[in-house]
Amino acid sequence: MTTPAQRRRAVLVRSAVCTLLAVGATFVLDSYANYQLATIAAIFCATAGLTLLVGLTGQLSLGHAVLMAAGGYGYALTAAPLADAGVEGVLRILGGLLGALVLAGAVGGLLGLAGARLRGPYLAGLTLALVIALPAISTQVPALGGAQGVGVPFEGVPDALGGVVSIEQWHAWMAVLAAALAVTPLALVRSGRSGLRMRAVHDDETAARLAGISPARVKTGAFVAVALAAGLGGGVLAVVTQNVSPGAYDLAFSLLLLVAVVVGGLGSIGGAAVGAVLVVLLPWLIDTGVAAVGLPSELEQRLSGNVAVLVFGALLIAVTVVWPGGLSHALGDRIRSLTTRFRPSRTVPQQLTER
Amino acid sequence: MDRIAFLLATGLARGLVIALFALSLVIIWRAARIVNFAQAAMAVVAVFVAFAVTALTDSFWLGLVAALVAGAVVGYAVERWLIRLVPARTPLPGMIVAIGLVMVLQAGIGIAFGPQHRPMAAPFSEQPFTVGGVPVLSPYDLFVLLVALGVVGGLALLFNGTTLGLQMRASAMAPEVSRLLGVRVPRMVTLGWMLSAAVASLAVLLLVPTELGLNAHSGDVLFVHAFTVAVLGGLDSPVGALVGGIVVGVLISLVTGFLGAGLAPIAVLALLTLVLLVRPGGIFAVKEARTA
Repeated sequence: MTTPAQRRRAVLVRSAVCTLLAVGATFVLDSYANYQLATIAAIFCATAGLTLLVGLTGQLSLGHAVLMAAGGYGYALTAAPLADAGVEGVLRILGGLLGALVLAGAVGGLLGLAGARLRGPYLAGLTLALVIALPAISTQVPALGGAQGVGVPFEGVPDALGGVVSIEQWHAWMAVLAAALAVTPLALVRSGRSGLRMRAVHDDETAARLAGISPARVKTGAFVAVALAAGLGGGVLAVVTQNVSPGAYDLAFSLLLLVAVVVGGLGSIGGAAVGAVLVVLLPWLIDTGVAAVGLPSELEQRLSGNVAVLVFGALLIAVTVVWPGGLSHALGDRIRSLTTRFRPSRTVPQQLTER
Repeated sequence: MDRIAFLLATGLARGLVIALFALSLVIIWRAARIVNFAQAAMAVVAVFVAFAVTALTDSFWLGLVAALVAGAVVGYAVERWLIRLVPARTPLPGMIVAIGLVMVLQAGIGIAFGPQHRPMAAPFSEQPFTVGGVPVLSPYDLFVLLVALGVVGGLALLFNGTTLGLQMRASAMAPEVSRLLGVRVPRMVTLGWMLSAAVASLAVLLLVPTELGLNAHSGDVLFVHAFTVAVLGGLDSPVGALVGGIVVGVLISLVTGFLGAGLAPIAVLALLTLVLLVRPGGIFAVKEARTA
């Protein structure tokens, strides 16, 4: 058996190693790949939360893109006045990210209050209605700038690093650091007491209540934690793309996030990372491949985008039907069976904590 | 005053289509206790078949029949070959598979037919009658009204007045007991899916002539509205779906008319949030929603 302190340390070490590896990778990658890495890291913030929400508490959110959008708008609305006031550099980024956290946390808190009262399909339907209403909301609230969205001040490489790193590399660093800050607490939550409570609520609310756990509080808390992480991701994505618009956070993007967590394996942080890589790189690979074949332009226009969605939809179905648990569990079981073969005497933890 | 009368009439016509689609959600909830998130995409596939039939034969009515048949076939195929493979212990895997199905169907339609809207002609004039100088319902709206009332009446008869309807309700509520009593539960569930998909196809077919035209996403907003309606009325109640549909249709119409079209989705969202928070089981629900 591992103690909580050991588990905590393992999580911290793992996230430190992953962060260092990702930062190191930015030196090898070219500028477009660095841009993609930044996008992956920002999306990872959201998928890591979503995987906890769906996998641990069983709340299906179809509107996770809205939480990222809230983060992006929060960043834009805070960074622009800061830029006007003459604040620059890291201070402005931190201020903007604080705004992202506040707005996303507020939206997440509201959704969490709803989620505490609603069961599966009702919550999914409510979040679906929210993501469909996002363009209307952005048009009606003047500060959100309608369909064009809001511009985000450009963040250049700080002087101290000038000449050493490129602008894409600097953005990738920021995104990777944000991902580390967003995901490490989530991983700690998952392996700690709160994670245990979430699983208890998901498995049997009545039993959880008898054990002194308030399902409403656990569900709302989970939603807020997850929204904060997604908001951080949205804020950083706003810096990287220098714009926040409702078009970028539509239903299709929301569903992509869901694909990422299901294919990666519900409840698994590593799976969420794999899923984030998949949803960024696969459409790009497919579009590059389609473009390379040299089809007539009309056909190519039809194929672009749609093929990726088709593949993702098929993956979603196939993984749920054939491989429930996703990639991480399928591979994890292989590895675990190998290790138990060599270490057969170790006591296996109860199902309550590890799935 | 004229304006209000006109908006109410438009809202009624629009609400009936929403109510019809919401009915299809009620049917599938009654038959299988699930919310089918792929309903709109499945219906759009059936309507594409209807579109092809209408284009070939030049007859709206053959297209209507084709939509019903194609809808039932799609419902059968999805239930038999997909939903049956999904573990049904919790609703989550079913919802995820339905969302995957939406992506596959919409992308497939997008690849096959492209992104453009294909206009469809209505079988009746869409010019509204004027009563006392006020434009009210058009002949097409009246047709939609009759179809919706007919479907509601037919379904009420089916579910409450026939052995088949009783068997369908029984297999949804208590599958094991029904099976012991000799009901072919899997067949009833399949039947529920077919019926539901056919009604949904009918709703989308009736909607398309009043909108821009037919493309892969024609049913998306209708689904959100219908889901709101189904929740408003309680997923178990056909009458609730009908009343809720008209309420939502009139609400959308009034908000669009007085406050601008941009506010309509927000009004629907606000209504949905309010109902879910005040009565999570729906206004017409007779008892608390099942917990599983």
